[in-house]
Amino acid sequence: MFLQQLINGIALGSVYSLIALGYTMVYGIITLINFAHGEIFMVGAFVGLLLISVAKVNIFFAIIGAMVFCMVLGVVVELVAYRALRKSSRLSALISAIGVSIFLSSLALMVFGADAKGFPDNAFPVTQLHIGNADVSTLQLVIIAVSALLMMGLEFIVQKTKIGKAMRATSEDYNTSALMGINVNRVISFTFALGSALAAAGGVLVGVLFNAVSFNMGLMAGLKAFAAAVLGGIGSIPGAMLGGLLLGVSEVFGVAIGYSSYRDAIAFSILVLVLLLKPTGLLGQKITKKV
Amino acid sequence: MGATLQSFLAGFDPYLLQILVNIGIAIVLALGLNVIVGLTGQLSLGHAAFMSIGAFASALITNKLGLAFGANLILTGVITAVVAAMIGFPILRLTGDYLAICTLGFAEIVKVFFLNFEPANKALGLTVQNAKTEIPIPIWVFIVAVLSVVLVSFVQTSRFGRALKAIREDEIAAEAMGINLTRYKIQAFALGSFMAGVGGGLYAHFLSYINPSDFGFLKSVDILSMVVLGGLGSVPGTVFGSAVLASAPEFLRFMSQYRMLVYGALLVFLMVFRPNGLMGGVNVMDLLLRAIGKKPAGVAFKEKPTT
Repeated sequence: MFLQQLINGIALGSVYSLIALGYTMVYGIITLINFAHGEIFMVGAFVGLLLISVAKVNIFFAIIGAMVFCMVLGVVVELVAYRALRKSSRLSALISAIGVSIFLSSLALMVFGADAKGFPDNAFPVTQLHIGNADVSTLQLVIIAVSALLMMGLEFIVQKTKIGKAMRATSEDYNTSALMGINVNRVISFTFALGSALAAAGGVLVGVLFNAVSFNMGLMAGLKAFAAAVLGGIGSIPGAMLGGLLLGVSEVFGVAIGYSSYRDAIAFSILVLVLLLKPTGLLGQKITKKV
Repeated sequence: MGATLQSFLAGFDPYLLQILVNIGIAIVLALGLNVIVGLTGQLSLGHAAFMSIGAFASALITNKLGLAFGANLILTGVITAVVAAMIGFPILRLTGDYLAICTLGFAEIVKVFFLNFEPANKALGLTVQNAKTEIPIPIWVFIVAVLSVVLVSFVQTSRFGRALKAIREDEIAAEAMGINLTRYKIQAFALGSFMAGVGGGLYAHFLSYINPSDFGFLKSVDILSMVVLGGLGSVPGTVFGSAVLASAPEFLRFMSQYRMLVYGALLVFLMVFRPNGLMGGVNVMDLLLRAIGKKPAGVAFKEKPTT
C-alpha cells in the first residue's frame, strides 16, 4: 500500500516538476510569473494526442513532436506578449500573461470542443508489474524515466553548455550580462523554448496517464506546478524538482487516506504552511534587501 | 418608497439594467482590490475568496437569521474583514510573489472549503432568499458603488492612505519614517476585503444563487485585470476599468464563440500598448479643469505606478 502510493505519487510529482521547471527558469531570468505556461502544457497534450491518434506515431515520437511545437509556441508568446513589456511594471506583464492564457484555452475550446478527449487504446500498451506488494504499470515507469531523463538533460544544458552558462549569468544579473556581451534576448527566448518543451512533454505524459486531454487542464496543473516552484524556492532548478515531487506525493497520500474531496486544497495547504515557516521556499536563497 | 423605486427600475431595459448592476458590483470589488494592490502595493491573487466569504456569509444571514439587508451587508463586511485580518497577520510578512502565491493558495483552500461546507449545500450551490429590504437590489448596488468611490477617494488622500502609498514606494524607507508596516498592511487588507465581502453579498442577492465554483482563480484574475487595466492606484481608472471589463463580454457577445478569444487578445494588446493602464498617469481633475477652460494647479509630482 505504502509503496504503491509512493510510486503513484512520484509519477504524478515528476510531471508537476517538469511543468514547475518552466516557471522557475523564466522567473529566475526575468522575474515574470508566466501564467500562460499551464496553457502551453495543455497545447502540448493536444499536439501529442493528434500525433498519436491521427498521425499514428508511437508515444516517444509524439512527445518529441509536442516538445518541438511548444518550443516554437513559447518563443512566439514571449516575442508577442512579453518582450515589449520587459521595461514596464511587472503587473502589466502578469496581466498580459493572463491574457495569453485565456486566449490559448479558448482557442483550444473552439478547435477541440468542450469535452475531454481520450487516447486510442493502443497508444501505449500497459502491462502491470508486481514489485513487492505493489502494482506498477509500465506507463508510470515510463513517466518517471522520461521525466528523469529530461531533467538530467536540462541539468546538462544549464551546467555544461555555453548557452547554459549565459542563462545562469543572466539570471544572476541581467544588466551586467548584457554588458558582458551576452545576447540577453536570445537567452530569454532559449529559456522560454526550454521551459515550454518540458511542459509539452509533461502534457503528453499526463494525457496518457489519465487518458484525458481537455481545454481546461492547463489551469489547475499550471497553478499546482507554480505552487511546486514556489515551494522549492522560485528561481531554483533543484527546488522545482523537489517541490513537484513533494506536492505529487503528498497529494496522492492525502487522497489515499480519504481526503479526496479536498484534493486540490492539499497542495496549497502545504505550500502556505511551508511559506509561513520558510518564507523563501525550501531551497530558495534568502534575499537581503538593501536600501 | 419601495414601490416608486420598483416602478422607476421597470422603465429600464432589463438587459441594460443587468449590465449596469454587473458594473456596479465590479466597481465595489475592484476598488477594494485597488486598496490592496494599487495603494499598498501588495499583490493579491485571491480577491475572489473574500468575495465568496462575503457571498456565503450574507446568503446564510438572510436565509437563517433574516436580518435587514443594510445590517446584513455591514455584518458581512465585518466578518470578511475579520477573516482577512486573521489570514493577513501571518501571510503579509511575505513579500512580492511569495505573497501572491500564498493568497492564490488561500483562495483555492477557501473554494474547496465551501465545496465541502454542509450548511451551504456543498457543491450544489446555495439558493438565496429574497433580501429583507424595501429597496430593490439594483438600487442597493448603485448606492454601495457610489459609497465605495467616495470611501476610497477619501482614504487615498487621508493620513492612512499616505502611509499606504509610502509602503508601496519603499517599505524600508516607510519603516524608517515610523510607519508600522504590519499594522497598516493588515488594515489595508481588511479594508479591501470588507469591500470584497460587501460586493459578494450584493452579488449573492442579485443573482439569488451562488456556487463555490463561481469564485475560482479566474474571478480573482478578472478583478485584478480591472484594476491593472484602469491604472493602478487610480480611482477613476479603476471605475473605468471595471466598466470596460464588466461590460466587455456583453459587447463582444455578437462574436459568440470568439468572445473569450478576443477578450484574451484584447488584454495582451492593451497591456502592450498601455503598460500603465488606460488611465495610468492621467490626471482626471486636470482634464476636467482644462475642459472648462481653467488652468490646473501646478502638478507637484507625478505619481508613478509601481510593482
